[in-house]
Amino acid sequence: MATAKSAKFDIKSYKGFKAITLLCLFVLYAPLLVVTIYSFNASASLTVWEGVSLRWYADVFTGPESEKFKLAARNSFVIAIVAATVSTTIATLAATGMVRGGKFKLRTVSFGLISLPLMVPEIVSAVAILIFFNSIGFDRGIMTILLAHIAFCIPFAYLPISARMQGIEDSYEQAAMDLYATKKQAFTKILIPLMMPGIISGFLLAFIVSLDDFIITNFVKGAGVETLPTAIFGAVKQGIKPNIMAISTMLLGVSVVMVTISYFVSKSDNTK
Amino acid sequence: MSNKEQIAIDVRGAVKRYGDFTALKKISLSIMDNEFFTLLGPSGCGKTTLLRMIAGFEDVTEGAIFLYGDEIENLPPYERPVNTVFQNYALFPHMTILDNVAFGLEMRGASKADARTRAGEMLELVQLSQFSARKPSQLSGGQQQRVALARALAPKPKVLLLDEPLSALDLKLRKAMQLELKHLQRETGITFIFVTHDQEEALTMSDRIAVMSAGEMQQLGSPTDIYERPRNMFVADFIGETNLLEVSVDNIAEGRAVCHLGGGHELTCNEVEGIGVGSKVHLSIRPERLFMSDEPAEGESLKGRVKENIFVGTDITTIVDLADGPDFIVRTSNSDRGNKRIFEPGTEMYVNMELGAARLLVD
Repeated sequence: MATAKSAKFDIKSYKGFKAITLLCLFVLYAPLLVVTIYSFNASASLTVWEGVSLRWYADVFTGPESEKFKLAARNSFVIAIVAATVSTTIATLAATGMVRGGKFKLRTVSFGLISLPLMVPEIVSAVAILIFFNSIGFDRGIMTILLAHIAFCIPFAYLPISARMQGIEDSYEQAAMDLYATKKQAFTKILIPLMMPGIISGFLLAFIVSLDDFIITNFVKGAGVETLPTAIFGAVKQGIKPNIMAISTMLLGVSVVMVTISYFVSKSDNTK
Repeated sequence: MSNKEQIAIDVRGAVKRYGDFTALKKISLSIMDNEFFTLLGPSGCGKTTLLRMIAGFEDVTEGAIFLYGDEIENLPPYERPVNTVFQNYALFPHMTILDNVAFGLEMRGASKADARTRAGEMLELVQLSQFSARKPSQLSGGQQQRVALARALAPKPKVLLLDEPLSALDLKLRKAMQLELKHLQRETGITFIFVTHDQEEALTMSDRIAVMSAGEMQQLGSPTDIYERPRNMFVADFIGETNLLEVSVDNIAEGRAVCHLGGGHELTCNEVEGIGVGSKVHLSIRPERLFMSDEPAEGESLKGRVKENIFVGTDITTIVDLADGPDFIVRTSNSDRGNKRIFEPGTEMYVNMELGAARLLVD
């Protein structure tokens, strides 16, 4: 096992390995690449390239639809920040209970309940949430979007936080309590700082999931309330213009940055 | 200042059960003020459980624990004036060395400045002042160990608990730390309760040792007591190397027992309390209490043949085969080579000992 791998068994030497890899990468990224490249197109046409220009980016901020997009963007960011904050807090407490709660009955069930929303088809969640709000007579608007986002962001925030927490030995909290820290002090002064990379990672993931969400948002938003994804969808229905590509590219950029930060934060170790 | 007669920790009938499993079976012991006390035993014997019960990390199923007269078994760990050095040190990885050492003082209500001053003094005591701004992961195992010690001693606990703190260190460092711990205990005058599975470590450092096995205390005594006068087979076997033989007692007269070893070999033992004629008991003889000669020496002699000599640095271990009887291990110190003889393998000779070297063990 320790010796150098024989080239014979190296998967890179399998027939067609390279071709399949390239095909997969192409299918995954070609559409994004096209949107990104054409967002810098000087032409008003979607398919004819006329040279590099920032015209459509300017259009997003100053064009006729700019007010609509700005409002939608503001809604999206406010909702994403609040939803990520609240869901991260809940997820942190849930992870503490799950990881530090010892062996309790229904522990596996609890874990299933926390992570199930990840596997439920989003359209089902969307319909269920809509019916719920209707049945309790909650008027649709920003608040309904926010509550729905908090709910579906919890499992996304929970996963990195609980993963981090599982790696923290409970002897640190014991040492803190041995040194006269109360349970609360051991939690805030020792456990929370040690969990911080997981918490930040969970927050960023929740933020992105909230920012990108379309299906649930579209069901529970009130008339006239738009987030960026629903605003884009609305605009596309009236015909795709290059400014949509510019917005999409910017949204893509935000997502990539967030996911990258989340990755590095979760890898980073504040213990060194 | 310290009063030798005062009891620091008094464990009264402590029982620990996990479901059906009993980890500690009614342990009672008193640890004196200013004592270096060791809980010694193989893994799973309950020694760490007892330590964690004193620290407050494990509930006491039955019984009581007193700390200088105050009942503490129901107090949370943060209300007990005892501190622990953990086996894996458990230094807070996100804090500097200085903040680690200052933590307990701050939690006890000292101002940040005071806590840091005192923490600095503690680091000086363990000779780590130059590392105070570093994080634990930047220190070697031995240095981390000393930080853990400084952190636990900083709040001036009434009793210091040490949970196998030296087990992760290499042999040389461990030996040095053993002495350092012993000195530190004398200097500070704090009662130390030390948990280890290493009998040599226990013998080196302790004022008294409690030997534990299977949740029970097997023997409590000074290192000499435990080594020279093991109370039962477990202690004799666990502490040091010994020749442990099953014998039958033929005759008891005037406080002496004649024991049959098999193959026609006989040994006379004294201290026969609790031994009856005809009983099958065990006999323990330390290998260093045996010596070899051409002719039977005064005292107890057994005829045998040398099987093998093994050089182990400071000593030579000789394995002797008694004709039709059991094998004996004889240890001769290299410094004793002038007085004591070593025989070539195959040589017929006698294994000798003084009366009293062989101990009968009741089980």
